Amino acid sequence: MSSMVELKNITISYHSISGETNAVSDLSFSVEQGEFVCIVGPSGCGKSSILSMLAGLIKPSSGSFHIHSKTNIGYMLQKDYLLEWRNIRSNACLGLEIQNKLTSENIQRVDELLELYGLGDFKSHMPYQLSGGMRQRAALIRTLAVQPDVLLLDEPFSALDYQTRLYVSDEIGTIIRKEKKTAILVSHDISEAISLSDRVIVLSHRPATLKSIHNINLSIDERTPMRAREAPEFKDYFNQIWKELDVHVS
Amino acid sequence: MYHKKNTISAQQLQYLKKVKKRKVLVCSTQIFLLIAFFAIWEIAAQCNWIDPFLFSQPSRMISAIADMAKTGILWKHIGITLYETVVGFVLGTIFGTLIAILLWWNNFISDVTEPYLVVLNSLPKTALAPIIIVWLGNNMTSIIATALMTSIVVTIMTVLNGFLHIDSDKIKLIQTFGGTKKQVLTKVILPASIPTIISALKINVGLSFVGVIVGEFLVAQSGLGYLIVYGSQIFICVLIQILFQSNNFTNSKIRCYNRIFFAL
Repeated sequence: MSSMVELKNITISYHSISGETNAVSDLSFSVEQGEFVCIVGPSGCGKSSILSMLAGLIKPSSGSFHIHSKTNIGYMLQKDYLLEWRNIRSNACLGLEIQNKLTSENIQRVDELLELYGLGDFKSHMPYQLSGGMRQRAALIRTLAVQPDVLLLDEPFSALDYQTRLYVSDEIGTIIRKEKKTAILVSHDISEAISLSDRVIVLSHRPATLKSIHNINLSIDERTPMRAREAPEFKDYFNQIWKELDVHVS
Repeated sequence: MYHKKNTISAQQLQYLKKVKKRKVLVCSTQIFLLIAFFAIWEIAAQCNWIDPFLFSQPSRMISAIADMAKTGILWKHIGITLYETVVGFVLGTIFGTLIAILLWWNNFISDVTEPYLVVLNSLPKTALAPIIIVWLGNNMTSIIATALMTSIVVTIMTVLNGFLHIDSDKIKLIQTFGGTKKQVLTKVILPASIPTIISALKINVGLSFVGVIVGEFLVAQSGLGYLIVYGSQIFICVLIQILFQSNNFTNSKIRCYNRIFFAL
């Protein structure tokens, strides 16, 4: 079985006048088709650098990565970054516009997605008229509109308050599973990681190296992120990952 | 939770009344101040508290405006000044924005030109007007060039600063879709900078007007700046006439005029 995404001995460092920062060191892992993988690690450990590299925004200093051929990548950032001078529909079409794919069938698909995920009545609203959760959904539709095979999610819920966050992560997790996308989520929230993903990759302090990989098997049927939190194994995974993260408050 | 629009409570009504009352008060005080200023000026001149020859008076100003309006001279000069100002600030905004785009596009040029921009910005641009006249001739082109000079550097700096303060993650968003630098410019940078460009436009109206008036002072062919210079020269002529005709140099008023003449 060929992997969708494969990283081999990746090292990423940043250069500035005051010195060199090693963000990621000798990291290898792979993600299979349709899998939801979550990367957790202490804050500032270089998790986001991995996603930036996969999206082609930065180059690794050494090592190689491989993304299954002809794979389209969708990237979701920490905030929704809806452009405030465009309405929701036009924001959702931004990716298509940039990639010159603004065909009538693609626009129709965007309309269907907006309809499907409860934004049908808000197409011509401006972003400031929407709640945080709705904005985040609009941002997801903007990402899904270009029909990515792999979704890269860079703490997409971290800008939301706790209640909205639970609700939106449940909603978006369900949407991603429904659309059968391969997804890589970066987070520092352990329970969010366990509830959403098939596999959790734990990274060490900077420079990030692979600490462990957990396969999340929960004994519940009809798994949704919200219900996953009720599974008996949830707490065990949480404690184990918490220990491995080795958080020091100094 | 929500009230129907036709059911306004008594407190709300009272509040709205209070807001309206204050608005009326502010507006009427503003109008009163304006009228009072001209009224006191007129009275002071009529009662000879101030010398109307030096300070003029509203009634004379109105009759002078009426005379000039009747012959059409006033409209002609206002039109010319307005035209020069508008051309100056529109050109200043357009070229300023274009140069700001160039500097945003190319870091190297931006770093190289930075100290020069700072120097140019602190330079009193109207001081260059005489040399612009030497280069471009004693005509309207020189006046518009002066107006352009006064507004372009500020525009470059304001607009470029606006470009650089746009959230870098919005640029990243375009890049994650595989967008080019040109797309970053047209999809994010320019639309996000429209408020900045409009505020630059507002500043430029004033700066361009200053440039035009100074240019007209020097070119002295037409426009409001020309009228001001023309008026001050008439004043000097009249002053000389008064001084030569009077033989009473002990009069305090004449002594005062004499001092003004030598100060000029």
